[in-house]
Amino acid sequence: MSDAATQPMRFADLANPTRFLELSGKVLPWLGAAALIVTAIGLAMGFAAPEDYQQGSTVRIMYIHVPFAWISMMCYMVMAVAALGTLVWKHPLADVSLKAAAPIGAVFTALALATGSIWGRPMWGTWWVWDGRLTSVFVLFLMYLGLIALTRALDDPARSARAAAIVTLVGVINIPIIKFSVEWWNTLHQPASVMRLDGPTIHSSLLWPLLISALGFTLMFFTFHIMTMRAEIWRRRVSAMRRMMAKRADRDAAA
Amino acid sequence: MLRMVPLPRFAGEDLQRMLALYIRDLRLGVRAGGGALVGVLFFLVVITVAPFAIGPDMNLLSRIGPAMLWIGALLASLLGLDRLFQADREDGSLDLLIIGSSRHMMALVVFVKCLAHWTTSVLPLVVAAPLLALFMNMTFDSALGTALTLLAGTPAITFIGAAGAAVAVSLPRGGLLVTVLVLPLVIPVLIFGVSAAYAVTAEPDPFLPPFLMLCALTLFFAVIGPFAAGYALKHATD
Amino acid sequence: MRLVVENLAGDRGGEPVFDRVSFALSDGECLVVTGENGSGKSTLLRIVAGLLPASGGSVRLDGGGEEWPDVMSACHYLGDRNAMKPALTVAENLSFRQEFLGRPFLSAEEALEEVALPSVASLPFGYLSTGQRRRVAIAGLLVSFRPVWLLDEPTAGLDLGSERRFSALMRAHLEEGGIIVAATHVPLGIEGAKELVMGGDGRE
Repeated sequence: MSDAATQPMRFADLANPTRFLELSGKVLPWLGAAALIVTAIGLAMGFAAPEDYQQGSTVRIMYIHVPFAWISMMCYMVMAVAALGTLVWKHPLADVSLKAAAPIGAVFTALALATGSIWGRPMWGTWWVWDGRLTSVFVLFLMYLGLIALTRALDDPARSARAAAIVTLVGVINIPIIKFSVEWWNTLHQPASVMRLDGPTIHSSLLWPLLISALGFTLMFFTFHIMTMRAEIWRRRVSAMRRMMAKRADRDAAA
Repeated sequence: MLRMVPLPRFAGEDLQRMLALYIRDLRLGVRAGGGALVGVLFFLVVITVAPFAIGPDMNLLSRIGPAMLWIGALLASLLGLDRLFQADREDGSLDLLIIGSSRHMMALVVFVKCLAHWTTSVLPLVVAAPLLALFMNMTFDSALGTALTLLAGTPAITFIGAAGAAVAVSLPRGGLLVTVLVLPLVIPVLIFGVSAAYAVTAEPDPFLPPFLMLCALTLFFAVIGPFAAGYALKHATD
Repeated sequence: MRLVVENLAGDRGGEPVFDRVSFALSDGECLVVTGENGSGKSTLLRIVAGLLPASGGSVRLDGGGEEWPDVMSACHYLGDRNAMKPALTVAENLSFRQEFLGRPFLSAEEALEEVALPSVASLPFGYLSTGQRRRVAIAGLLVSFRPVWLLDEPTAGLDLGSERRFSALMRAHLEEGGIIVAATHVPLGIEGAKELVMGGDGRE
């Protein structure tokens, strides 16, 4: 790995955890600052945006609910790519990425469910309904929790990596189900209004704040993801060093 | 007088020992592979499956909610129970516990192990119950009442389960057997727990009598379970 | 104090493995139990500890007074398994042993010093090699005081240096008036130890 340092920078160099730590350490402050600024702008615009004529001020919860829901699915796709990275390309950081993303995904999914629940209470008159969209997102939440349990079940990361990757890939099936659930089933949840083939149905005065806060939360997700990945790399190094320490204790005693 | 007199065995020392065991089991429960998380996850899944089978009729769900929560919590709390003594047996710690318990009662050791197991594996279920009540469209009172009955009733399940786990400790695949042995015995707990949980919302039914019966069952099994388990463990070593 | 075993008989799975085993050990005496595999060495130790019922005969501890009324209350039993939790650190394992068994003797650090593993205290027990695990288990004999040590293949997995250090520990225990019963097939390096040969036919 040492000769990689003398060669010009390539994407593959990121595979080296040391290299990753170095690079991400440089990028992280900028990314974090950008995430904060963009999110703040998006939310500020959201508060300045006109109220919905039917929903009143309640509609503002959309500016966090929709980004949370969007990230809950994007996070899963990031994990699915990481799973491919583990199984196909044997990328050494792929497993770290998957393990680090799972708790973030679970939190964003829980937030999406909670904000949706708070939004739904005045609109639908109930905290929860078992319709296609809500149920499939809840199943996504359960899958995140299952993956968290799986990635932490074994002390040895190499052994749990493959299992977690396989489960992640099998679970990808849920993502299109969530996406199209509002079209396949008759539900209380409103149909898609931004990502449509025939263009968004949402008015542009609401659309722009939504897009900007979505971008802000996406940047925030990647900031968190890189931070947790770094923590995971350090955790593995600490564990490796402790194993080394155990070995060295033996050698000292033999000497 | 400066002569050393053998100290009478006083409760403080025993308490310290039992506290050491409790803390050890707490640490193990938290550290060893997130077993507590799996229990809560199982509980979540059981509750999630119900609306699929029954249909998303919110009125019906809210009516069967307390019962579903009780069944879910019951099954989830039986989940890790077979490992209660088996893990100790496999690494030889059970011998240590038995030898150490010659100064106090084995039943006390079992009691403390049950408490630690309950704290790490079952208490999270009780905490999760009000949240799951939301998914079952239960009212606030009903959710809180169900959580309260679970808090009072689930220790009984752990104590009975300990007896089952002790009997099956030397069996290679005792997990299922423990569940089969224990389930019939916890039916009274289920009856009083669910009826107390229903009494919170169903106005004419009194809440206190079934709830006190539930507490009595827990206290009763807190004595019977550890004694039976302690006896079984002492005679199951090989 | 005197450990007296009279006409002891033991079985494993309903099949008799030995009978009419008798010995008596006073303070500072050591008994080495030898014999081929399956001759019932481990069974004998477990019966003496009280972990298994005897099918005949008796085990008793005379002169233990109120503090050590029977062998079980007076013994450390080191079995083939180390009775340590892989998920806990070595220090946590040892201090649990100390607190649970009572009668603290050496602190966890001192005990680890005695088995020449002072640097592993903060490591999870599961990280250690087989020999290191055994040495930590031996350190477990020192954290709380027991007059009788029942050792089942205590040196399994130990290298030569650790074996020597362990014999020194055993000699120190005997000099302080302790009693040791050790089942082994490698010499433990203890002079004046009594020897009990368990025959393949189950007779002494």
